[in-house]
Amino acid sequence: MSTAKPRFTLAAAAAVALVATSLTATAQPRTDLVVGMALEPPHLDPTAGAAGAIKEVTYANLFEPLLRVDADGKLVPGLAERWSVSEDGLTYRFTLRPNAKFHDGTSADSADVKFTLDRARAADSVNAQKAYFAPIAQVETPDPRTAVVTLSRPDGLFLFHMASGDAAIVAPESAATNKQKPVGTGPFKFDRWVAGDRVVLVRNPDYDGAKPKLDRVTFRFISDPAAQVAALKAGDIDAFTLFSTYEALPEFRNDPKFTVMVGSTEGETILSTNNARKPFDDVRVRRAMAHAIDRKTLIDGVLYGNGVAIGSHFPPHREGYVDLTGLYPYDPAKAKALLAEAGYPNGFDTTLRLPPPPYARRGGELVAAMLAEVGIRAKIEPVEWAAWLEKTFKGKDYDLTMIAHTEPLDIDIYARPDYYFNYRSERFNALNEELNRTQDPAKRNALYGEEQKLLAEDAVNGFLFMLPSVTVQKAGLTGMWVNRPVQANDVTGVSWK
Amino acid sequence: MLAFLLRRLASLIVTVWLASIVVFAVLQLVPGDPALLMLGVNAQPDTLAVLRSQMGLDQPILTRYLQWAAGLARGDLGVSLTYARPVAELVAERLAVTLPLALLSLALSTVLALPLGLLAAARRGRGGDWAVLGFAQLGVSMPSFWIAILLILLFSLTLHWFPAGGFPGWGVGVGPALHALLLPALALAIPEAAILARVTRTAVLDTLAEDHIRTARAKGMGRVAVLLRHALPNALIPVATVLGLQISFLVAGAVVVENVFTLPGLGRLLYQAIGQRDLIVVQGVVVLLALFVVLVNALVDIACALADPRPKGGAS
Repeated sequence: MSTAKPRFTLAAAAAVALVATSLTATAQPRTDLVVGMALEPPHLDPTAGAAGAIKEVTYANLFEPLLRVDADGKLVPGLAERWSVSEDGLTYRFTLRPNAKFHDGTSADSADVKFTLDRARAADSVNAQKAYFAPIAQVETPDPRTAVVTLSRPDGLFLFHMASGDAAIVAPESAATNKQKPVGTGPFKFDRWVAGDRVVLVRNPDYDGAKPKLDRVTFRFISDPAAQVAALKAGDIDAFTLFSTYEALPEFRNDPKFTVMVGSTEGETILSTNNARKPFDDVRVRRAMAHAIDRKTLIDGVLYGNGVAIGSHFPPHREGYVDLTGLYPYDPAKAKALLAEAGYPNGFDTTLRLPPPPYARRGGELVAAMLAEVGIRAKIEPVEWAAWLEKTFKGKDYDLTMIAHTEPLDIDIYARPDYYFNYRSERFNALNEELNRTQDPAKRNALYGEEQKLLAEDAVNGFLFMLPSVTVQKAGLTGMWVNRPVQANDVTGVSWK
Repeated sequence: MLAFLLRRLASLIVTVWLASIVVFAVLQLVPGDPALLMLGVNAQPDTLAVLRSQMGLDQPILTRYLQWAAGLARGDLGVSLTYARPVAELVAERLAVTLPLALLSLALSTVLALPLGLLAAARRGRGGDWAVLGFAQLGVSMPSFWIAILLILLFSLTLHWFPAGGFPGWGVGVGPALHALLLPALALAIPEAAILARVTRTAVLDTLAEDHIRTARAKGMGRVAVLLRHALPNALIPVATVLGLQISFLVAGAVVVENVFTLPGLGRLLYQAIGQRDLIVVQGVVVLLALFVVLVNALVDIACALADPRPKGGAS
């Protein structure tokens, strides 16, 4: 008994201490964050790969382009604190932040900007968006804080492209090793990567701009939908972005421990149509398909109602958007009449190739059923992503497919002669060229409107819906992006209440 | 004996070499260009050509095979196309999850099965025996991924004792790493333990029927002492044999359980590499697995040959 007493006191003291520390711990807001993502990035160099997951981890957190896109889709200062464009739209002058540094301590100056842009446009460049840099004629560095970029032709989207992850400023000292050990200028720096599981970033104490509130951010990669739900409910992760298990959302909405945010991505989900192949080379057939698809039912069935219908290749949340969803209302009778007019009174057989994302697999079934209603018998052909790219995108060997085009402001793909839609329109090409020559925002928006109308009238593809940006997060977390104007999990403004 | 060993070694090398040819050839038939996968839907033809040449994909198939096979012979598995890291490094990293997981579940299943088997044998025909046999029947019938889901529901979602998945890495210390591995190991161990408990029970009952046990009892030894000192050691031989057979099932089961718990093991590396068309990684992992199976078979053969003194014919 005599020995038991002091032990008990000790235990009691320890318990009190524990409770005390946990109380003080809860009194202070947390400064760490665990973000769940469905896909793991293959590497962490945003200038050397198209995988969205690379930018979702690195954009704005680790790496900074000259300009950044903020949560509303506006261009804001990045590594450059200000910029100006010449009258003719050919000369861009960027002024860098005076005290910007890379995570390895080397200064970030105009020489790094020149190195980055020259590397991205070089003959041996493997930048996934090399075309963004094609208009650049030369990059000059009059002083360490100033970079002057001269274009060989006007490009109305140049600044927007310079705000993409593909244009992240990198240093010659670390460019070769950024895939595994990323060295950027952002407010967070790389800590460690447990391959197959997580990437950990920590606050960069030497950051010269606004300091983030979080001191540690972990990105965890969970591809299985059931495991995603379990990880959220178990409290293992604080937020899951681009959550696509839509059927689980009512559960999270009814639970006060969670907040569900539904916004928009830049992902136009379309029924891509091979415009060069019979019978899709006939606009009446394409219009018939447009009338045959009931977008409301599609959005309810695929996204459980969490999505917005589109009538052309442009997101409703952007300026310049024209609502064309009423152009081809759901009308199976009209669709059948158009098909008969085109010479297919009994419909026809075709194939619908579906890549792996759930929106495509699930949506494809519904689209095929709707097309069957008007006599278009589409055989469903599920394929892997690699095979989809090879056969459909590169080989252009397909009839119909379903995919979300997630690159921001990518309406110009309709002007590319070798793009997999096989769409050719002199009028569209002329509009696109004029757009490239135009700087004035109002005029640009008017041109975007004309482009949208043309694509809708030509019914180039079946325009279905915008892919939603769904974030499920713990209550008390603030600052996560609701919308996705670029592929990014920008956590620089995130904090706990 | 030496001739037998040499023959076994030669057949081992030939098998692995043939496996390397088959794996390489099959992968050439699968559509999907790794370079295109990296550059995505805005890929420009010239960029694609540069990347393909950097990856060595523009070389003729035979050249690529010979380069890879020559590397294999030197023990070099090549460099991953997507991760830009040596394949051997990637494999070692993933084995650091899969191997401890398999070993932990092996240990757990043994620790669970031996006492249960003994208990059932000691209480033969009574309640305890029925309870153990019932557990064994249940354990054998439930696949490990289903057990995994039940464990997550109970210990992660309801009790919050364990994470629902993921692996923090050994870098953060042994404690958190084992904490993350315990539930998956348990999910793997339960079906194994069920089989093992039944084998233990039967083996102990068989030994209990033997003469030396009766002698020990006649000399006045207690029931428990007889069970532990005489019956158990003798029963361990058949138990160990079954345990050995289970090892390959453990590795296969680990792949499934890794996916439920999103553990970054070898199985998930292979799965991801196939999706990314990282052919070098797929080839390397498959050849390593082939080598593992062939080696285990060879070791079993050699052990049998050593245990059996009769002359070795050419039919082995």
